[in-house]
Amino acid sequence: MTPGEPLIRWDWVVGHTDELAMRVGEHLELTAIAVLVGLVIAFALAFLVVRVPALYPPITWTAGILYTIPSLALFALLVPYTGLSLLTAEIGLVSYTLLILIRNIVGGIRGVPGEVRDAALGMGYTPRQILLRIELPLALGVIFAGIRVATITTIGLVTVTALIGQGGLGYLILIGIQQFFSTPLILGATLSVALAIVVDGVLVLLQRALTPWSRVA
Amino acid sequence: MTLIGEVARWFADPAHWQGSHGIPVRVLEHVELSGLAVAVAILIAAPIALYLGHAGRGGFIAINVANIGRALPSLALLAFALPVSFALGLGLGFWPTLFALIPLAIPPIITNTFVAIREVDRDVVDAARGMGLRESQILRQVEIPLGLPLMLDGMRTASVNVVATATLGAIVAGGALGRFIVDGLALQEYDQLVAGALLVALLAIVTEVAFGTLARASAPPGMTTSR
Repeated sequence: MTPGEPLIRWDWVVGHTDELAMRVGEHLELTAIAVLVGLVIAFALAFLVVRVPALYPPITWTAGILYTIPSLALFALLVPYTGLSLLTAEIGLVSYTLLILIRNIVGGIRGVPGEVRDAALGMGYTPRQILLRIELPLALGVIFAGIRVATITTIGLVTVTALIGQGGLGYLILIGIQQFFSTPLILGATLSVALAIVVDGVLVLLQRALTPWSRVA
Repeated sequence: MTLIGEVARWFADPAHWQGSHGIPVRVLEHVELSGLAVAVAILIAAPIALYLGHAGRGGFIAINVANIGRALPSLALLAFALPVSFALGLGLGFWPTLFALIPLAIPPIITNTFVAIREVDRDVVDAARGMGLRESQILRQVEIPLGLPLMLDGMRTASVNVVATATLGAIVAGGALGRFIVDGLALQEYDQLVAGALLVALLAIVTEVAFGTLARASAPPGMTTSR
């Protein structure tokens, strides 16, 4: 950003490959923890909703409010209690995954045709078996769509956690802004976009491997 | 003193309500920046999406642009916008933030406007055509009024995202409500930090609710009964 300097100084890139790899690793770790913890909580709440449908509106309403609060604001509200810590970052990141995940898990399960459920019941399946062996596998496509959206969104949000000292690719962006140095700035931004695209591709492959029957249709 | 007490005292301090660093000015800056970004995004996105929706073309692109948009992290957009702003001689603060917010707002507007127009009952459109309405009249008098709730829904998503992301402008020396958060973090002044976060969260929720109300009110009388 200083006049005469190129947008990307490749010698800096070559000299910092170790740091770049480390930041990508941090970014992936922050994302993975958030999505996995989000999935556990979302599944627990979704199973609860399947048994007690009346709980669905209040749960999505709460998750919706959490989703609406801007990420930086949510982190800021937590900092006085949990400090500039990994916990603060993860509480924020997990709460953003919940709305998407719960909606898709419940939607996927409810989308299973009634005849399929009746047939399973007629074959002597217990409600628990129907949920685990019939409804969940059939809902997997919709659930995976939710996981993809949640993961991509989280990868984007992780860049913001650099502001509360959690590293990741956002750290490179912040360093770039603070030092008026465009190389890490552009690199951090480009890598976070690339990471989202690559991870989404991996999830698509994983989904195909887990739901082989969907390819026939 | 507890944090809640400190935050309440921060809000009660008249000094925080006055001058160029006061709450009213920061709120106004935030609303101006967000409003301008969404307005420019609508001017860019709506004509394209209306055309594609009416012509029934480009559906794949119009729908997938939202997914691409989701992969663009807000802080990354700001990072890309900063060198652009410097190259144009506009420096830090307002302009790079605006440049980051506009592309953030475009995808949901394109996708929802396209879907809104496509979802209008084809029989209704055919009837309008049979009654002798020109294509531009069909778009203005039939498709836009019927699609308006869904179009506004896209603008709501865009606006809430923009209000949230405008906060990040403070990192590049911008004003708006992010100032309280970024300064609060830097100075470890938790009263200012939490107060700023509450103000931003409130503004985002108000934006969400306002657009939701607008979308419901915009439905033509005939539509509300069938929903």
